[in-house]
Amino acid sequence: MYQLIVFLPLLGFLIAGIFGPWIGARGAEYVTCGLLGICCVLSWIAFVMVAGGSDAHIAIGNWFTSGKLAVPWALRIDTLTAVMLVVVTTVSFVVHVYSIGYMSDDPSRPRFFAYLSLFTFAMLMLVTADNLVQMFFGWEGVGLMSYLLIGFWYDRPTANAAAIKAFVVNRVGDFGFSLGIFLTYYLTGSVTFDQVFAAAPGLAGKTVHFIGFNWDAVTLACLLLFMGAMGKSAQFLLHTWLPDAMEGPTPVSALIHAATMVTAGVFMVARLSPLFEMSPTALSVVTIVGGTTAFFAATVGLVQNDIKKVIAYSTCSQLGYMFVALGVGGYSLGIFHLFTHAFFKALLFLGAGSVITAMHHEQDMRVMGGLREEIPFTFWMMMIGTLSLTGVGIPLTSLGFAGFVSKDAIIEAAFASHRYGALYGFLCTDIAAALTAFYSWRLMFMTFFGQRGDWATSLPSAHDAPGHGDHGHGDHHAHESPLVMLAPLGVLAAGATFAGMAFRYLFVGGGYESFWRHSLFLGPDNHLLEEMEHVSAWVSLSPSLFMLGGFLVAYYMYVVDRTAPQRLASDFPALYRFLLNKWYFDELYDFLFVRPAFAIGRLFWKGGDGAIIDGLGPDGVSARVLDVARNSVRLQTGYVYHYAFAMLLGAAALTTWYLFGGVTR
Amino acid sequence: MGIGLANYLTLAAIVFTIGIAGIILNHKNIIIILMSVELILLAVNINLIAFSTYSGDLTGQAFALFILTVAAAEAAIGLAILVAYYRNRGSIAVEDINSLKG
Repeated sequence: MYQLIVFLPLLGFLIAGIFGPWIGARGAEYVTCGLLGICCVLSWIAFVMVAGGSDAHIAIGNWFTSGKLAVPWALRIDTLTAVMLVVVTTVSFVVHVYSIGYMSDDPSRPRFFAYLSLFTFAMLMLVTADNLVQMFFGWEGVGLMSYLLIGFWYDRPTANAAAIKAFVVNRVGDFGFSLGIFLTYYLTGSVTFDQVFAAAPGLAGKTVHFIGFNWDAVTLACLLLFMGAMGKSAQFLLHTWLPDAMEGPTPVSALIHAATMVTAGVFMVARLSPLFEMSPTALSVVTIVGGTTAFFAATVGLVQNDIKKVIAYSTCSQLGYMFVALGVGGYSLGIFHLFTHAFFKALLFLGAGSVITAMHHEQDMRVMGGLREEIPFTFWMMMIGTLSLTGVGIPLTSLGFAGFVSKDAIIEAAFASHRYGALYGFLCTDIAAALTAFYSWRLMFMTFFGQRGDWATSLPSAHDAPGHGDHGHGDHHAHESPLVMLAPLGVLAAGATFAGMAFRYLFVGGGYESFWRHSLFLGPDNHLLEEMEHVSAWVSLSPSLFMLGGFLVAYYMYVVDRTAPQRLASDFPALYRFLLNKWYFDELYDFLFVRPAFAIGRLFWKGGDGAIIDGLGPDGVSARVLDVARNSVRLQTGYVYHYAFAMLLGAAALTTWYLFGGVTR
Repeated sequence: MGIGLANYLTLAAIVFTIGIAGIILNHKNIIIILMSVELILLAVNINLIAFSTYSGDLTGQAFALFILTVAAAEAAIGLAILVAYYRNRGSIAVEDINSLKG
């Protein structure tokens, strides 16, 4: 059964990818969606079985063996994997179905569905991996599919640039990840999880000598591995690719850049919890990076005008929450937020896709407005997603939307933890809760409330020129999307509403021990889940209060007094531009890395290859031959008397030589 | 003072040198080159006749007659080539005749 879950998407990819031209777009859709549907059902069955206590370890074959290094293909099915299986296959299935509607006028649908299925396969390989190398295989597989799907509309230069950016930034993280794998193998002599985890406690206090310093071995390994997680999960400093990745089709954003692939980093840290538990330093780094990301991305999200960019920064921010949870030692909290986030963020993305379809592929929120009456179903679905994302619920209980249950638990845990950096994580996530509420409601108010074109005055005039001004999209009536797009929204909305309440007991509550068993490792002094229940009431109340504050500010600025945003922007122009330009990270990286890289490239190209190698090598030799030839050509004047003179000189020389005894008899 | 072999040879050498100089130093007209070639031939003839007389062997003088005949024919051919060349190129200035340069 587990093999079926993993390999059915691969089968779907092969059928849709190879036979796409024969079975047609309709056939490719049915095949991939059908197989993913089976996958999804099997995953839920597997989830129930694993939650009931039956783990599995399935050997598939040997990948390679080299000396001591043995890398098998195997599926490791424990609770952590089962949770990820459910998330991946469910979201993937609804996204497949949704894509039938969303991509209905795209000529290369078989390719799209083949890519989606292959992505799902790679993601399943990642979460079922039994060793680090197999995980790396899935890791790179999802990276590749992310590249292909961001650049799916390959005739758009911006999409290609975004795809390349995503790939290159991920390479930075993957460089660290692969170094981490090497170091882990060096330290433990194995890449298989069971053996690595068994060897982990013995590594305490070991040091390795690296770039001139003695490092704590486990800390260094964890930091290197975490670097991979930072790249894949778009954490602070390596986040720049995620907003650009929105160039891809919206279902791709929902599946890859919200629900599954970007959470691979969270999954990896949770999977390697026995290693990370050994290194408080590494966990503090995780907390601080996560907290910074949560805060930073939320601030940028405040001022973005592209509906997908707002949600993309929101994703970035929520990933920061998950890392804060992991960093303070609450691995199950991070996975719990991953689980709920997959539902409500995929819901928001697919809802945004429905809005974009209704607006005839317009993504700028400033030309939207008043969509509430025109597309009511999408509006209510987006409303559920927003309520879930902002964390609406009854404080001091665990009754509320999914985001409320998981996010507030993270904030409480960050406060309860005594680890270094936990307080910073708490402050960041708490403030980010207010920012989250603001940008989410800003999105809702700008898109669904008021009148169409209320915000058009804030459009830069140049914006009207290409395309939408003369088409006059504002005149068209927005149409509700077809049922095949709305049904997935309904499924996800159910998850976004109830997933938190339904699974809290198992994930982070009293059922923790029997649910997770050995798949997550907690150190002997890690009592976070207990302490979290006993934080003071104001801590539990604070995210809800912040959320309410964010909502009220958004309500005031975007419903009551609509001139407020512009006034605020013109009162603080520097701050506004700083946020609008995403803290100038793209410009900074352009200055620090891109341009020096181009300069070095030009130096080696012009100087090294052009001047030295070509200059001294082939080009130089041929130039010298030409010089010699040119000089010997100059000897040949063509004038008869020159030849006669030369002949005379020759004759005279011969005679002289002859006369003065050159020839000996 | 009688005129001896040395005087003839000296004359021949002078004529030969004038001919060579005519070829080398002349930058104007190709006909002068032809005339210089004739001078060289004449210098050789003088040598032949001088040695013939000196050694009492008539063969050399007979050869000189042949050479004069061949030189006349050669001059005729040379001038004919020049005329043909002039028709083709419109010039027989030495400066213009450099197609050997390639």
